[in-house]
Amino acid sequence: MINKLRRSAILAVIPAAVALGLTSFSLPAQAQQQKTLRFIAQADLKILDPITTTAYITRNHGYMVYDTLFAMNSKFEIKPQMVDKFTVSPDKKTYTFTLRDGLMFHDGTPVRSADVIASVERWSKRDGLGQKLAESTDSWSATNDKTFVLKLKKPFAFVLDALGKPSSNVPFIMPERIAKTDAFTNITDPTGSGPFKMVKDEWVPGSKVIYVKNKEYMPRKEAPSWASGGKVVKVDRVEWLYIPDAATAANALGNGEADWWEQMPPDLIPVLAKNTSVKVENIDPLGSMGLIRFNFLNPPFNNEKMRRAVAMVVNQQDYVLGIAGSADNGKPCASYFTCGTPLSNNVGSSLLTGKRDFEAAKALIKESGYKGEKIVIISAADQPIVQSQSLLTTELLRKLGLNVELQAGDWGSLITRRTSKEPVDKGGWSIFHTWLVGPDLLNPGVNFALRGNGEKAWFGWPTDQKLETLRDAYFDAPNAAGAKKAAEAVQGRAFEFLPYIPTAQFILPTAYRTNLSGIIVAPMALLWNVEKK
Amino acid sequence: MLSYIVRRLGATVVVMAVVAFVVFSLLYLTPGDPAAVIAGDVATSEDIARIRQSLGLDQPFLVRFGNWVWALLHGDMGTSIFNSLPVSKLIGQRVEPTLSLTICTLIVAILTSVPLGAIAAARAESKLDHAIMGFSVLGFSIPVFVLAYLLILLFSLQLHWLPVQGYRPISEGIWPWFLHLILPSLALGTVYAALIARITRASVLDVLSQDYIRTAQAKGLKESDIMIHHALKNAAVPIITIIGIGIGLLISGAVVTETVFAIPGIGRLTVDAILRRDYPIIQGVILIFSATYVMINLMIDLSYVFFDPRIRY
Repeated sequence: MINKLRRSAILAVIPAAVALGLTSFSLPAQAQQQKTLRFIAQADLKILDPITTTAYITRNHGYMVYDTLFAMNSKFEIKPQMVDKFTVSPDKKTYTFTLRDGLMFHDGTPVRSADVIASVERWSKRDGLGQKLAESTDSWSATNDKTFVLKLKKPFAFVLDALGKPSSNVPFIMPERIAKTDAFTNITDPTGSGPFKMVKDEWVPGSKVIYVKNKEYMPRKEAPSWASGGKVVKVDRVEWLYIPDAATAANALGNGEADWWEQMPPDLIPVLAKNTSVKVENIDPLGSMGLIRFNFLNPPFNNEKMRRAVAMVVNQQDYVLGIAGSADNGKPCASYFTCGTPLSNNVGSSLLTGKRDFEAAKALIKESGYKGEKIVIISAADQPIVQSQSLLTTELLRKLGLNVELQAGDWGSLITRRTSKEPVDKGGWSIFHTWLVGPDLLNPGVNFALRGNGEKAWFGWPTDQKLETLRDAYFDAPNAAGAKKAAEAVQGRAFEFLPYIPTAQFILPTAYRTNLSGIIVAPMALLWNVEKK
Repeated sequence: MLSYIVRRLGATVVVMAVVAFVVFSLLYLTPGDPAAVIAGDVATSEDIARIRQSLGLDQPFLVRFGNWVWALLHGDMGTSIFNSLPVSKLIGQRVEPTLSLTICTLIVAILTSVPLGAIAAARAESKLDHAIMGFSVLGFSIPVFVLAYLLILLFSLQLHWLPVQGYRPISEGIWPWFLHLILPSLALGTVYAALIARITRASVLDVLSQDYIRTAQAKGLKESDIMIHHALKNAAVPIITIIGIGIGLLISGAVVTETVFAIPGIGRLTVDAILRRDYPIIQGVILIFSATYVMINLMIDLSYVFFDPRIRY
């Protein structure tokens, strides 16, 4: 009996001891994590160069390690960031900038005018708005290490908008030795002057990126607002984790193994909403926009009537549900400029907001002379936002009686195949879907998908001189009111010509542990000002 | 035996050369363009063409293959097209997690499956045998990711005993390293345990029907001695073979397990590289895989000698 009791006692104690052992061994690790922010990023950081790629994950990495001359705040105002003061000549052709005191790169060298000029020149070879600035630029010159001058051939009202551009490609400032790299070759040295330093030796691509606080960084005094204002770092170390499986990421956050999950799929919101230690929020004020892009080089969507017929039956509410899962995380947006921002408007938008008229659309298709040519929609099954839109559009086109085929591969295949200008029977395509973040659609200057410059335009290669002329008129606008009017004209023409069809505005919510505070509401994840208790 | 080993090692070089050529050719023919991936969504065809040029992807097949082989012969596996890190470093980063997961999985699988398979054979057609074989079928049938989520639910989210995900290098301490490997090893080990248990049972059953086992029984040897010294040893060849194949499969990629538990192993490195068309990584990894498979097969073949004295090379 005693033996039996003893055996039961031992059996009862073993699991308890194991459990105690497991928890006690994990405690020191948790204590160590107090000043480490574990952040589950939206994607794997593959490329360190925010100029050669427009990938948003690389842009976000850029905000960690680099600083910018100017930055946009939540009121869409461009505010000085690295720049202390600047002046504009009365003829608006000369801008003189002076850098703030104490700006240092991570390698201990001071930020000089030469670094700024080399960085801006490299950026302007790749970025659309940068190229527009370069067209108007006569010269950049350094007066001394802290002062530099931009001379324009003609007044260009968007100098500060360009230098304070919030999304890809952002004109980040790098040391001159790095910024001299060809604009089409990836840089590998992450030395910047931003609030964090990347610890490259600890970088495990496909798994984690490590940053530490840049103790030499001198933040501005103003409160942070989007990427402008004081970038005060309140943690010692950031571990950017890449967790490819969404369920695992949710579990890691729920279990306290991660502090913040940048973008979560809407279907997991109910799972985390039940956890009292986790907050699920929409902190992206602009969201993203889905879109249907046509191939303008081949039939049938080289015909405006065919594009119009599709637009007549697109129901944005369906796309909201398809992408975001519920109306809480998205809304229709019948504008070519991000809804909720100064230039969004409703000129021509009745094409998307009016009655969804299949009969009228079918009549227009008949009128267009469509002869049953095969329509190929290329999709990426590994990208839910792309795939859900592709499925909806395929169904719409079938309802219109069109000969449509959905060809789904992976994202890597899609972005390669969309470069093909061949007809569909030779590996070409008719339609692809994607999405762009709100800051990329703020105005005609940054909305590259609106361009109608043919072979030089984005994939699909639309040619529309009228659209280009109206875009140029936007750049020539003398003031904000003129810019708004010009943007309305661009949109009016866009709804006639239909370079693409906007499908839905949506937000991918963020989730974080309740012991975090100070997360900045912005259209990109910014990790300064975040405090972990 | 020495000449056999030398011949097999010589064959390894030929196999790897063929693999290298085939892989390079297949990647050349496969649709996909890393330049398009690098350029991102907001790029023009002109941008992509310039990036292709800067990466040397516009050169003819033979020039690219020649450059790659030449660098390989000088010990350079190339650099990733995307992050510009040496392929050898990227593979090196993944070796420890992969080997750790492989070893722990095999320990779990062998320690459970060989005794269970042997017991099932010894008690063939009994309730115990049926129970063990039922477990085996179950283990084989449950997808790894389902089992993984169930284990996470119980041990991580309910009991809070074990971490949900991640890998800790052994340099950070044995205990955190071990804690992070328990669930992945259990999830992955169950499948292999089921497979090895079935092979063990069949193999031992076959041996138990042999005359020399009856002789041993007639001599009055204990059942455990007969099982360990006579049955299991003679049944070892197929068991060792299946374990060897398992090692190869585990090293070349327990992708699902690595993904569910966010372990930075070689399997995920390979899949990620394929998805973004990072050719140097794909080529390097497949070359390493082929060498690993050939070496494991060689070791398996050599190990037969120790279990079956009739085998000679």
